[in-house]
Amino acid sequence: MTGAGPLTYREACRQALIEALESDPRVFMMGEDIGAYGGCYAVTKGLLEQFGPERVRDTPLAESGFTGAGIGAAMVGMRPIVELMTCNFSLLALDQIMNSAATLAHMSGGQFAVPLVIRMATGAGRRVAAQHSHSLEGWFAHIPGVKVLAPAVIEDARYMLGPALADPNPVLIFEHVMLYNDTGPHDPSVTEVDISSAAVRREGSDVTLVTYGGSLRKCLAAAGQLAEERISADVIDLRILRPLDSATVLESVRRTRRCVIVDEAWRSGSIAAEIGMRIAEEAFFDLDAPLRRVCSAEVPVPYAPAMEDAALPQVDDIVGTVRQLLGKS
Amino acid sequence: MIDKPHLDRAHLLEMLEGMLRIRLFEARCVELYQAQKILGFLHLYDGQEAVSVGVIGSLGPEDAVVATYREHGQALARGLGMDVLMAEMLGMEQGCCRGRGGSMHIFDAGTRFYGGNAIVGAGLPLAVGIALGDSMMRRDAVTACFFGDGAVDEGEFHESLSLAALWQLPVLFVCENNLYSMGMALERATAEPDIAKKAAAYAMPAEVVDGMDVVAVELATGRALEHIRAGQGPAFLECRTYRFRAHSMFDAQSYRTREEVAAWREKDPIVRLRGWMEDAGLLHEGEYAAMESRIRADIDAAVAWAESGSPESPANLMKFVTMDHVPQEGQAS
Ligand SMILES: Cc1ncc(C[n+]2csc(CCOP(=O)(O)OP(=O)(O)O)c2C)c(N)n1
Ligand SMILES: [Mg+2]
Repeated sequence: MTGAGPLTYREACRQALIEALESDPRVFMMGEDIGAYGGCYAVTKGLLEQFGPERVRDTPLAESGFTGAGIGAAMVGMRPIVELMTCNFSLLALDQIMNSAATLAHMSGGQFAVPLVIRMATGAGRRVAAQHSHSLEGWFAHIPGVKVLAPAVIEDARYMLGPALADPNPVLIFEHVMLYNDTGPHDPSVTEVDISSAAVRREGSDVTLVTYGGSLRKCLAAAGQLAEERISADVIDLRILRPLDSATVLESVRRTRRCVIVDEAWRSGSIAAEIGMRIAEEAFFDLDAPLRRVCSAEVPVPYAPAMEDAALPQVDDIVGTVRQLLGKS
Repeated sequence: MIDKPHLDRAHLLEMLEGMLRIRLFEARCVELYQAQKILGFLHLYDGQEAVSVGVIGSLGPEDAVVATYREHGQALARGLGMDVLMAEMLGMEQGCCRGRGGSMHIFDAGTRFYGGNAIVGAGLPLAVGIALGDSMMRRDAVTACFFGDGAVDEGEFHESLSLAALWQLPVLFVCENNLYSMGMALERATAEPDIAKKAAAYAMPAEVVDGMDVVAVELATGRALEHIRAGQGPAFLECRTYRFRAHSMFDAQSYRTREEVAAWREKDPIVRLRGWMEDAGLLHEGEYAAMESRIRADIDAAVAWAESGSPESPANLMKFVTMDHVPQEGQAS
């Protein structure tokens, strides 16, 4: 399954789904256009033919209805994978996720767990304007009772689903739309990953770049450019936005003594704000410079290419912010 | 086709007692609320007892129930103990949800009672999923889903009926039409107050039934269950009923007249069944009083047990926010 030819992020997601459906009869999928159409990002292509309409269920346009149905099915023994076409439409299912999936275990005094996986595409960059370009994973990471995953690399796209399905809690997986065609690099010897820890994707000693999802590539590119200027950046991929692995972030920041957080979501009330605050609480005296953030401009994401690019964090913004932090601008 | 009422004396006595248990239990809840031992919201079922008793009495242990925040009636009819229910409302560790849910969030895995949902309409998708899961796991079970007339205006009502019918799922939708959602009268809330007609539009049998008549509710439930258990998909009951008291504990009742309430009280399902049984010689001298004192003794015992419990400790605050295993599995099989 691994190794031969360049594996795309999309194909990694697809292989993960195939493995899940093959290995556990309790697993089934529900979502809009996942079957006959093959998935709006082609992630579920061929699954209907392989597994049939009972396990790959095309749903009508009823996000709240079929997300709630996923919760109910999970409560009685199934392992549903609900696909919300994109996080933009997840808002129509927000009540079910927040008021039901996230609360039922606690409200019932631990009588019921909700072992449900919900996948959705997230992020901007495809010139599809405001209503199709949100990054809402930080919102969901606000909710106690759910876990939030953001696979940024091929290995995670391929192997996070297994532990997500094995988890007794609702797990939300956010796949960045700009990553589906990504081909790596990836390590074919990796055949499993955890869903509990952040990963150091590049080691460095002058500054820590904390990021996740679609912004990881930008941070790695920025770190490459900075290296040419003899600035060495540690790049941390959060991977899991709830529960946050603060320890990995703090360990790095204590070493580098500087931190820039890169997040495609809006800055106000964001996961970037949360990371920054945790560093301020736990490692304030280890810092040599103020914390910095590179986030999206606080506008609805616009359509026109130059406008959209200006709204999103770019490699140059990251490089510039790091230079400034080190007094090298 | 089930059209003969099940009218033997023992069964009628059972239904009468079932309704009276709910009525008297809630009367005690009111006292405890006034004594500030039960806190928060308390939605009484006073007047609607025939619906739960008629529907849930027709279910088997393999079936599942989903209810709303006005769910003491459903919980008791389903067989939850008054003791754990009361302990829950008193915030005790011994409560069915260890004090985390309270009156509006009663759950019980043992009787397949899936809440206790205080978001209007949110229980419907859940019920569809429970029925979907049960049928994918080849269990012969029906999910009875209770909700009010107010829920009919929520999108989830329409999404859920549509999905259940599309996938031919074993769901019994039970709308308790008490004519009001809080202060909003049904005919002020919708241009089409015929709820059963809306349900029928989603391609399922939908019947209107006198929700103040437990025998009628039971009969209609039997017909609906026959359809569902034959594998023909969901069915819908609109039970026309009335809540005698305020929406939650107190409201000004500015939205309805005293005369209207009085007229509905004439149809009290308990008074009605009792009178009918007495006239038919099915309820003997002293039997009702004996029933009442038996129930009161049960309630006294439940309250005493609940009050002797230990308040759930804040030291356990974070317990069950996330789970390290799936507790319900192995139970539902
Ligand atoms: C989604 C949502 N909106 C509003 C409320 C506030 N609320 C609680 S009960 C209620 C009325 C519901 O009426 P109905 O469905 O007829 O049930 P009943 O109370 O009559 O049993 C409202 C508006 C809520 N809990 N959930
Ligand atoms: Mg109502």
